[in-house]
Amino acid sequence: MTAGGWLEILLFLAVLTALTPVMGGYLAGVFRGEVTQLAGVERVAYRGLGVDPARGQDWKGYARSVLVFSVAGSVLLYVIVRAQGATWDLTFNTTASFVTNTNWQFYAGETTLSHFAQMAGLAVQNFLSAGTGIAVLVAFVRGLASRSGKEIGVFYVDLVRTILYVLLPLSVVIGLMLVSQGVIQSLSAGPVASQEAIKMLGTNGGGFFNVNSAHPYENPTWLSNFVEMLAILIIPASLTAMYGRMVDNRRQGWMVFGAMMALFVVAVVLIYLSEAGPTPAMHAAGLGGDNLEGKEMRFGIGSSALFAAVTTAASCGAVNAAMESFSGLGGAIPMAQMMTGEVIWGGVGSGLYSMLLFVILGVFIAGLMVGRTPEFLGKKIEAREIKLTIIGTIAVPMMVLVATALAIGSKWGAPSIYDSGPQGFSETLYAYTSQGNNNGSAFAGYTGYLQPNGTNRGAFGISFADVLGGLTMLGGRFIPMLAVLAVAGSLAGKRVAPVGLGTLRTDTPTFAVVLIAVVLIVALLTFVPALLLGPVVQGFSDGLY
Amino acid sequence: MRELKTAAIAVIAFTVVLGLAYPLAMTGVSQVVFPGRADGEPRLIARAYPDDLFQPRPSVTGYAADGTFFNNQGPNQRALADQLKGYVNDYLERERPFTPGLRAADIPSDAATTSASGVDPDISDDNARIQANRVASRRGLDRARVLDLVDAHARRGIVNVNDLNAAVEAAR
Repeated sequence: MTAGGWLEILLFLAVLTALTPVMGGYLAGVFRGEVTQLAGVERVAYRGLGVDPARGQDWKGYARSVLVFSVAGSVLLYVIVRAQGATWDLTFNTTASFVTNTNWQFYAGETTLSHFAQMAGLAVQNFLSAGTGIAVLVAFVRGLASRSGKEIGVFYVDLVRTILYVLLPLSVVIGLMLVSQGVIQSLSAGPVASQEAIKMLGTNGGGFFNVNSAHPYENPTWLSNFVEMLAILIIPASLTAMYGRMVDNRRQGWMVFGAMMALFVVAVVLIYLSEAGPTPAMHAAGLGGDNLEGKEMRFGIGSSALFAAVTTAASCGAVNAAMESFSGLGGAIPMAQMMTGEVIWGGVGSGLYSMLLFVILGVFIAGLMVGRTPEFLGKKIEAREIKLTIIGTIAVPMMVLVATALAIGSKWGAPSIYDSGPQGFSETLYAYTSQGNNNGSAFAGYTGYLQPNGTNRGAFGISFADVLGGLTMLGGRFIPMLAVLAVAGSLAGKRVAPVGLGTLRTDTPTFAVVLIAVVLIVALLTFVPALLLGPVVQGFSDGLY
Repeated sequence: MRELKTAAIAVIAFTVVLGLAYPLAMTGVSQVVFPGRADGEPRLIARAYPDDLFQPRPSVTGYAADGTFFNNQGPNQRALADQLKGYVNDYLERERPFTPGLRAADIPSDAATTSASGVDPDISDDNARIQANRVASRRGLDRARVLDLVDAHARRGIVNVNDLNAAVEAAR
């Protein structure tokens, strides 16, 4: 650990906090329709799509558009990837991976796919899956805020505006900034910077190169690394401020921001502490010093730890160091962050809407404790909303545990495992946690695809891992998303009760503490036994396996 | 049906704009504004050097820039311990003749662990200072001169091996 490392962490948190209200204000403007510089382009787009921006959709209409659009995107992506000669199972996994904003990579970017497939297939879904997540969040917030009617917006309008006013312009700026640092952008060597920018901004995470942002051509300098980390969190963080503005109570936004930040800071500090010092394997080899195995010198353990925390908190999944080589506890913390359901910032849109489900759950639990009808933003939370909220918060942890158990308990999971002993279990748990929560980072020894010449066995997909992983990603994306839209629909028409003395306020530090407790108890506690079996065993033992 | 048509048009239109126009425009601008850099600077990628020059960190990929993968051995793996012991022995064998009394515990950890990318171009300046003894001796250069080159290329505790070796080769 160095003073420079701590300073970088502080600087990062300060810049992120400072940008949040600025960017949040802009996002609120975009989704209230106040930003209109490109109205002409929008009009052309809506006419071409046959969408009437004035005709709002109810939650079912909105959900239908989201689903049909995702299916259409999947079909095209499947065709593009399959045409590269990838096996059907690997193609299914990769398609599910990119349409769900996960970007889990069983394929190896530079060896499996052509530049065209990366550009026109994967990078397009980087934009679209991110845009879809943000659109759904905006629809949800409208449902929370609306005073009458059942309408929560128009999906294609939200999508077009997200891409036109947010994702595309920011990608251009960040992409050029990255090229200036040495990220490549050429027809022969690869369109890396353009893909890198949206990979970060959209919390996607699928690298152009197999080693992702550890590759000097994806992430060449300290500054490029800082920009990439900021690009990951800027939108998820700013969405909290946007939410506050859209419900006319900025403190609501800061409450959520505060809860996320508190959990995040703990994670960063713990990972940094865990990586300072040798691992058991280094001990055995007589080596002292920091755990630099699987890390790049230009980042050191400071920027590697911060990046690991950023990427697993947001459901990005890009990595600038080998997650599998982190110390036992250093690897447990990223896993734990994903296990919260990706609500510590989380994916663009999906992070905040999942967190707002926890807010509703918090309101319900706190309301029961003080013996009051639970209310959120003046709207009564009733049986229907709670049922949907439970589905939205519990479905993913359950899928992750079942999938991990299937992979560990059956013989079909074994071929995917690379390391022996508890690390093999950690690989499996990490794989399904990451896929279920749409993160995409990996203990990369875990494999669903054998590379040509990688072994003597030739190239083929491991169907079990590809299919189970693909289904976990699809469930992890669309079950909470539909639950969220249904809650939005159910809250949209509700009468707003005036704030009184008896109102349980949700914009206070006290409630932020309640929210943190709910996240830890409901999501994380579910996984404690599983965490103990793998990374924690390793973290507390000096044994070799 | 109408929903399907809208979705199909949207996917195709977005693919043209975001999948072709955007990356191609970015490529055009990058090639004009940052010529050379946008094609990838060789100094960013470590490569193998003969042993009268500074050595980059160990790599399991043979310094391949276009077929990268992680080592993926967990912190408690016996396989990793064995691998690291190998790197420690290599380092001691190479450097001890020129740095008498060098022990495993003295080796900076970057020198005997694999990087993430396999092509990490940087080493710690402590690592470079140990290697400076060998480089100076093998190339018949003044040790102080080589250490000056290390200091001149050190930034935030690390040195780019490609830059440093280019400087050493230019030194008389």
